[in-house]
Amino acid sequence: MEAPVQATIRSLDPRVTRLGIPQELPEFTPKPPLDEWQTYEVFHQARPGEQPVHVGTVHAPDPEMALVFAKEQYARRGTTYSLWVVRTADIYAFRSEDADIFATVPEKTYREPQDYKVVQKLLRLKRKSHGSSSADAPASP
Amino acid sequence: MYGNLSITEPVRGVEQEDPEKLAEFEERIARGEKIEPHDWMPREYRRQVLRMVEQHAHSEIIGALPEGTWITRAPGFRRKLALMAKVQDEVGHAQLLYSAAETLGKPREQMINDLLSGKAKYSNVFNYPALTWADTAIIAWLIDAGAIINQTLNAKGSYGPYARALERICKEEAFHLKYGYDNVVTLASGTAKQRQMLQDALNRWWKPILHFFGPPDHMSVHSEKLLRWKVKMASNDEMRQMFLDAYVPKIWELGLTIPDPNLRKNPETGRWEYSDPDWDEFWRVINGNGPCNRERLAVRRMADELGAWVRRALLKPDHRYVEPLF
Repeated sequence: MEAPVQATIRSLDPRVTRLGIPQELPEFTPKPPLDEWQTYEVFHQARPGEQPVHVGTVHAPDPEMALVFAKEQYARRGTTYSLWVVRTADIYAFRSEDADIFATVPEKTYREPQDYKVVQKLLRLKRKSHGSSSADAPASP
Repeated sequence: MYGNLSITEPVRGVEQEDPEKLAEFEERIARGEKIEPHDWMPREYRRQVLRMVEQHAHSEIIGALPEGTWITRAPGFRRKLALMAKVQDEVGHAQLLYSAAETLGKPREQMINDLLSGKAKYSNVFNYPALTWADTAIIAWLIDAGAIINQTLNAKGSYGPYARALERICKEEAFHLKYGYDNVVTLASGTAKQRQMLQDALNRWWKPILHFFGPPDHMSVHSEKLLRWKVKMASNDEMRQMFLDAYVPKIWELGLTIPDPNLRKNPETGRWEYSDPDWDEFWRVINGNGPCNRERLAVRRMADELGAWVRRALLKPDHRYVEPLF
């Protein structure tokens, strides 16, 4: 006996019609974990001399494929000089709970050039030495 | 392209959050700060943002199908190249958005499972067929115009990874819009038959375009909290008004007729008035009974099944899943 012919989807897209997809959807089997592989973080360098900047992630089975996908996703427009990828699992980062570790950095103004008022000091020095040149002159031997 | 987080779910469970942390979180948003994946956030914020970004990703990947229909028969090589580029862009947007959604703790496999099993929703417009080449022109012009309104607003939203993905996406949408407009103007400048084809396409798409921004505010769940959290940046009706303001004059300028005798801008309120675009149809289609729901799902599933052996062949035993950083 012949198997009953299943009705297939007729689409406006001839390619879809040719696939012969059954009208009735079969029971759905969920994807297993990691079916879409692991992720890589992508860094994009627009021009030589510029810093590579983190732009997002791609799912890929290996670094070479990650570069291919990164090109498709993050170098679609504008200029690109280079792309880097690194496995997300290999990145160590501060967690946001630890953000206070950086909190005192702006307070340490003694490490900033604008914290040194050298010009005023210098002017004071000059005023002082012109005003009383003889008194302040180094003692003659 | 995408509609709004068109059907908003009620915000719930916020009272169970630590009030101090919640206040700090809301202050950060009010100051215009972005929320990053590893920051503290209310569970409800996580759920709502995830739901929105995921729905957006599904819309992009399904949205490639109606226009893709015409790649084989695009009129001329340049238009074929441009259409292929646009469809590739849309699929790329889905990739960016799935990555953004993943930072909220749902692996991509689970999101795609929800799409393929029919559980997840995506933008309603993609359940309608692109009957002629003119339909692709109307989609690329007006649906993408709607998407740009939505996405430009949401790019200022509070969730960092989503805002960043949208910024990138908006740059590409600008090409889609111009390409669509170019095709529409070409048809409008053509023969009587071409003009008629364009008018017919506009007639078919007018209601779905109004649906695109989601149900009217009086039918939607109260979303004040989502606005305060900058998950939603404008109400559905506000976005619809922005669209009408910007595009109705452009449509009229081409000598086309909008298939709604009641459409007019009320000079007193400054707001557009229009006939009810049949919200029952909107609900019917979003619940799976539109003209193309079955085909869209079947094609997406077939694509996934055809690639399954490749994905499995390349899977290595040392692969490890960790949440993406940003």
